[in-house]
Amino acid sequence: MLLRIKDLHASIHGKEILKGVNLEVNKGEVHAIMGPNGTGKSTLASVIAGREVFEVTAGEILYQGKNLQKLAVEERAREGIFLGFQYPVEIPGVSMTNFMRTAVNEIRQYKGLDALSGSDFMKMMEEKKKLVEITSNLTNRSVNEGFSGGEKKKNEIFQMAMLEPTLAILDETDSGLDIDALRIVANGVNKLRRPDNAFVVITHYQRLLDYIVPDFVHVLFEGKIVKSGGKELALELEDKGYDWIKNEQL
Amino acid sequence: MEPDSDKIIDQVTRQDYKYGFVTDIETEFAPRGLTEDTIRYISSRKNEPEFLLEFRLKAFRRWLTMKQPTWAHLTIDPINFQDIIYYASPKKKKEVAGLDQVDPELLATFNKLGISLEEQKKLAGVAVDAVMDSVSVKTTFSETLSKYGIIFCSFSEAVLKHPDLVRQYMGSVVPYTDNYFAALNSAVFSDGSFCYIPKGVRCPMGLSTYFRINAANTGQFERTLIIADEGAYVSYMEGCTAPQRDENQLHAAIVEIIAMKDAEVKYSTVQNWYPGNKEGRGGIYNFVTKRGICKGSNSKISWTQVETGSAITWKYPGCILLGDNSVGEFYSVAVTNNHQQADTGSKMQHLGKNTHSTIISKGISAGKSNNSYRGLVRISKNAINSRNYSQCDSLLLGSSCGAHTFPYIQVENKSSIVEHEATTSKISEDQLFYCQQRGIDAESAIGLIVNGYAKEVLKQLPLEFAVEAQKLLSVSLEGSVG
Repeated sequence: MLLRIKDLHASIHGKEILKGVNLEVNKGEVHAIMGPNGTGKSTLASVIAGREVFEVTAGEILYQGKNLQKLAVEERAREGIFLGFQYPVEIPGVSMTNFMRTAVNEIRQYKGLDALSGSDFMKMMEEKKKLVEITSNLTNRSVNEGFSGGEKKKNEIFQMAMLEPTLAILDETDSGLDIDALRIVANGVNKLRRPDNAFVVITHYQRLLDYIVPDFVHVLFEGKIVKSGGKELALELEDKGYDWIKNEQL
Repeated sequence: MEPDSDKIIDQVTRQDYKYGFVTDIETEFAPRGLTEDTIRYISSRKNEPEFLLEFRLKAFRRWLTMKQPTWAHLTIDPINFQDIIYYASPKKKKEVAGLDQVDPELLATFNKLGISLEEQKKLAGVAVDAVMDSVSVKTTFSETLSKYGIIFCSFSEAVLKHPDLVRQYMGSVVPYTDNYFAALNSAVFSDGSFCYIPKGVRCPMGLSTYFRINAANTGQFERTLIIADEGAYVSYMEGCTAPQRDENQLHAAIVEIIAMKDAEVKYSTVQNWYPGNKEGRGGIYNFVTKRGICKGSNSKISWTQVETGSAITWKYPGCILLGDNSVGEFYSVAVTNNHQQADTGSKMQHLGKNTHSTIISKGISAGKSNNSYRGLVRISKNAINSRNYSQCDSLLLGSSCGAHTFPYIQVENKSSIVEHEATTSKISEDQLFYCQQRGIDAESAIGLIVNGYAKEVLKQLPLEFAVEAQKLLSVSLEGSVG
């Protein structure tokens, strides 16, 4: 089992958002988490990644058998957890090259590997850029600075490709993307799928799942996973809308 | 910012000062305190010509009538000027003829600071004038440079060997009447560097002065004079460190630059004086007057400073743009942490036609520090078609520090354009989280973000300096992440 979330409760500034989430993810699987706005999808992603403003009040998250709550944000990242951000932040003046090189080498160091040489690193950058169909000279630009919405999302997938995570959580990566960008983002994910890694794709809309076919679909509603199923659940949701879930819950 | 991030900032900005050691060396001191006798003592120790003693005494008498300025946004404990030793010289065994005769203890000190005084071991050909306390210890590459007609030596040597040049230019940009600390320096200055680049010569290597305070209870009052004759070019670098002590020590320097027609001078400083401890005890008072004059047309003077040290910094490197089409630039990164205070900026005075100036100032405050930008842009009536662009950014780390901007703008003609932009930002919790999520710990993340923020200024530094400055920026903020 790669990830096991047991009865997870989490709150922000005293307000409870997650109210008992249970989720199990195995290697090689793709899970989609769907649900209306404001039901805790992004909170779940942030809590797994370790964002400190969220307080875990009950339950636990086990990742490869380790209790995640004992690990700092960067340790979780070095252990192979990647979060694709819904709103990637800009870091002016820090080049993508410098940023990625720092990240890649910190992770390598954590794993007891030597730092990559400059030329090996640049080779890797070029390779991964191709994978995500980035043609612009993104690498000399500052992190996300002046990127269009689509470029920012592609850049998240690019970073995912660079860091080769074991568990990738994509938080509404599809929001605000036109169809071409959506295809590129989804292709990136599909190319990176392997038997030894897993993806949790958080999305509000079904359309991303036309491109990334999930093994499981979960519906998060009012802080709990209220329904799980196969990929057909996504279609059902698309068809019936979230009101269907709401009505079922009443 | 979230309280959590404050905690992290706090951890990251805690870092010990690396250069706080003291060299145990026999030192000769002037009697404590300041009277005309002190000045006569210094002057006679240096076998100075009469004109210089006269200059010193005039400055001293002027200083006695002046008051320490209080307009800066700084809280300065009263300085007892009678409690300072104004001259401290590491004892020489004999007259130094070559490196072999330099006290090994001194060589070791500078080696420890990463400054090699052995020419054959120097990288990248940068000539160094090493100044410890009140005297120049050694100037490297003087002979090589003299083949080009370049004079690069200690100020004391220049006074003896090139008195006419010294007499002509000393005090011509910063007169002893300029301000309180300039008057004090003019009275008691002990050593510093002197540089003259003759007509049409491009100085083949970077020149640098490394200032080190070692002795306790002393002040350092050095003076640097750089003259670039017509069409000449030189890139000059200055570095400084001091031991860790509980008492404040005063450093009141003067730097004067003269650029003749078509000449260009780039002056870069990495200032890393001891900043005091985390509770604000000790540290250097860095009260410095730096000014250049673009005397001839098409001349250019560029100041770049990375200020991370000192308990209190008070300095406004500026340019007098006298020659038509002359250019003045000021690029600054000033970091304050713990209880440090900085009031720094630039003074651009446009007198000639079509003169241009640029001011890029990046303040970074952490801990309980206070960081102010203060700048004057004055465009006189005759300086038609002149331009200034100023950009003053402040970055706050944590919520107990302060950033302030005090721009003064005077424009006396209608054809000139002055632009001023200012921003204040914080390292956001979002930025930190983003970096950490990529596996970068908070400390390295702050280093990355701060260096990114300061990039525009750092790229102005000569290569030899840029790497050091980048490291220094990260280190200065270690223990302060947000």
